[in-house]
Amino acid sequence: MRVGLFIPCYVDAFHLEVGIATLELLERFGLDVEYPYDQTCCGQPMTNTGCHAESAATEALFVRNFAPYEYIVTPSGSCAHQVRFNLDAIEQTEEVKQVRAKTFELVEFLHDVIKADAFPWAEFPHKVALHNNCQTLRGLRVASMSERREEAFSKPINLLSKVKGIEFVHLARPDECCGFGGTFSVFEEGVSAKMGHDKVLDQHQSGAEYVTSSDSSCMMHQQGCAERLGMPQKYIHIAQILNGARS
Amino acid sequence: MSENPLLHRDLLDSGPPEGMTRGGKRLDHAEGTSTPLRPKVREPQPRGARIRGNRPVDQSEAANRFIAAPEHEKMHDERLWDLRQKRDREMHGIPEWEELRDLASAIKEHTLTHLDAYLEQFETNARANGVQVHWARDAGEHNRIVLAILESHGAKRLIKSKSMLTEECDFRPFMAEHGIEIIETDLGERIQQLDDEAPSHVVVPAVHKLRADVAQVFAEKLGSDPDTEDVHYLAETQREATRPLITSADAGMTGCNFAVAETGAVVVCTNEGNADLSANTPPLHIVSAGIEKVIPRLDHLAVFVRLLSRSALGSPMTQYTSHFRGPRAGGEMHVVLVDNGRSERLGMEKFWPSLKCIRCGACMNTCPVFRRSGGLSYGATYAGPIGIILDPTFNAHKYSKLPFSSTLNGSCSNVCPVKINIHEQIADWRKVMSETHELPLMKKAMMKAAGALLASPALYRAALPLADSALRHLPRFIIYNRLNAWGRGREVPHAPKQTFHQWYKENRGREK
Repeated sequence: MRVGLFIPCYVDAFHLEVGIATLELLERFGLDVEYPYDQTCCGQPMTNTGCHAESAATEALFVRNFAPYEYIVTPSGSCAHQVRFNLDAIEQTEEVKQVRAKTFELVEFLHDVIKADAFPWAEFPHKVALHNNCQTLRGLRVASMSERREEAFSKPINLLSKVKGIEFVHLARPDECCGFGGTFSVFEEGVSAKMGHDKVLDQHQSGAEYVTSSDSSCMMHQQGCAERLGMPQKYIHIAQILNGARS
Repeated sequence: MSENPLLHRDLLDSGPPEGMTRGGKRLDHAEGTSTPLRPKVREPQPRGARIRGNRPVDQSEAANRFIAAPEHEKMHDERLWDLRQKRDREMHGIPEWEELRDLASAIKEHTLTHLDAYLEQFETNARANGVQVHWARDAGEHNRIVLAILESHGAKRLIKSKSMLTEECDFRPFMAEHGIEIIETDLGERIQQLDDEAPSHVVVPAVHKLRADVAQVFAEKLGSDPDTEDVHYLAETQREATRPLITSADAGMTGCNFAVAETGAVVVCTNEGNADLSANTPPLHIVSAGIEKVIPRLDHLAVFVRLLSRSALGSPMTQYTSHFRGPRAGGEMHVVLVDNGRSERLGMEKFWPSLKCIRCGACMNTCPVFRRSGGLSYGATYAGPIGIILDPTFNAHKYSKLPFSSTLNGSCSNVCPVKINIHEQIADWRKVMSETHELPLMKKAMMKAAGALLASPALYRAALPLADSALRHLPRFIIYNRLNAWGRGREVPHAPKQTFHQWYKENRGREK
């Protein structure tokens, strides 16, 4: 299975270890993973700000880079959400439609496509709080949400439960947005930071040693807030835990 | 109770004050659950957005002032989150909850797509019941119609229950200009009226105020003791002052939650019984109703009544669900059906489903931005998620920045009892603002530059190492200056030595 690896811009720049873990993890399942060199971004910063026309060339480049692959996998739910639901500033050719349909966030790809049922190399004997990115939760529907009356389920918990030694802690407001919100984090900085401070306080109160998420963008914001408030919890991408990171 | 810094410190006080409990249990109904708040040092109430003519309202500026008042912000956040949690508990008690939401949405969509027919059916049946029906194209016409009715009766004082439509119409200032005295009968709305402030929330209009703030307002306007914050004292003071004005009023006005086409009845839901007080005390009852309030049949009302108060306050039903079908013996009843932009909105391809709204406020209670900003920060009739998709239909320039006061997290759409795709409409409004040149020039320029950079692998690669080396080498005081929006409340991310791209090239270099 030939998989195109999409490493979002902020992971490329700030989270080398997340990129490596995603690549290695996919390779552990015998997949032929390739990183197309000319990739940049999914267009979300512009679309998120309402500037769809400004996003068109970036979206076209994304499709050119990833059209050759059977699947496109990315360690970011919000980017996968952008591609699947909002990549519409360009003409919707058959090629564009296919790229959109075969782009997956890492957890849903492992859970639904290759149906990963064991991570024997992984062990993480720590107290962990899970943070679901809002688009991953309510857009990609990787887990049940507290707003709806529905059967409880969680794809990330299903996967993480297979990791030896892991212990989950529960937040008072598990589904509450952390306030990152893409360009919201800089254009509406005051509310964004306040939401982040409340979120990391909740995580700290829950007794979490680590916070994990399938989205580095939320965690980049949360880590910045936690460091500012001097809170001890650490942030680690779900790919790293599943790939066998010990701490 | 254990020390929990997540809770407002006044929530941690040992026993709640008398009156918050009955039979040893905390009172647990709707607005009765207001938290006992006794700040040790009085924090001034943060005020709403600064309105400067037609200039775009700056919600985030007002939100920052709200956050800078931690007693208020914390109480507001917790009080509304409490309503959200109660709503969740009620939802779990109803196995067919999602089916009810589907039904409510379908009934509203059906009605909106046959609005002319149902409005005429309502009018016919209401007239047959002896009600006088009026049609108002806009706010001005609404106000003039009501004034004419009052003048024809020589009415000087009007008591009214809470109505967002009359807020839309700037009804109170208009009536004041024409010498009509208005008395709000909803307690929260009365507090807001006395404080000369708009309601900050569609259901709990004074939810942004601490008890100390109310004591202050009552001291100034009703002569009560400014240092006594006991709810019973405050409520009694207000009652003593207002009750005589109510009993001797010349006319009464209510809003309308549902107008039933098949019966011609108007249904109003309240927890204080104040709609009944307003409608039944004087001999003249005037109803202000938006044209989107019509529903086809009485059966349909059952669906909405099951959803409304559960979504709004997490209580099974409002204390009062009053059906007004016709004038009392010897009295008069008028219904003013108001368009005020609704027909135009109905024609908007992306935005017409916002007309499904039943004004429950669930989207406000769940919105993490609203809870930390206060409703008055939006500077518009409607606040929160529903507000930022409704307000631009009234004035796209003035409210052009509101759609950006959201993280697009989608919680609002999923609590909405009539399934309005609120967060998608927020994103759609951003697109409209961008296309109609309503974005600030700097924001637009930044997005143009980002779009150009991200469309070119060469430019993007050239920019990245620069960016992270800058972060690595700039002294802290430059990164954390007043202009750095990221760094004001957060640390900046630590850039690793390499980008993933560089690492991949070195370690996996299958260059094509």
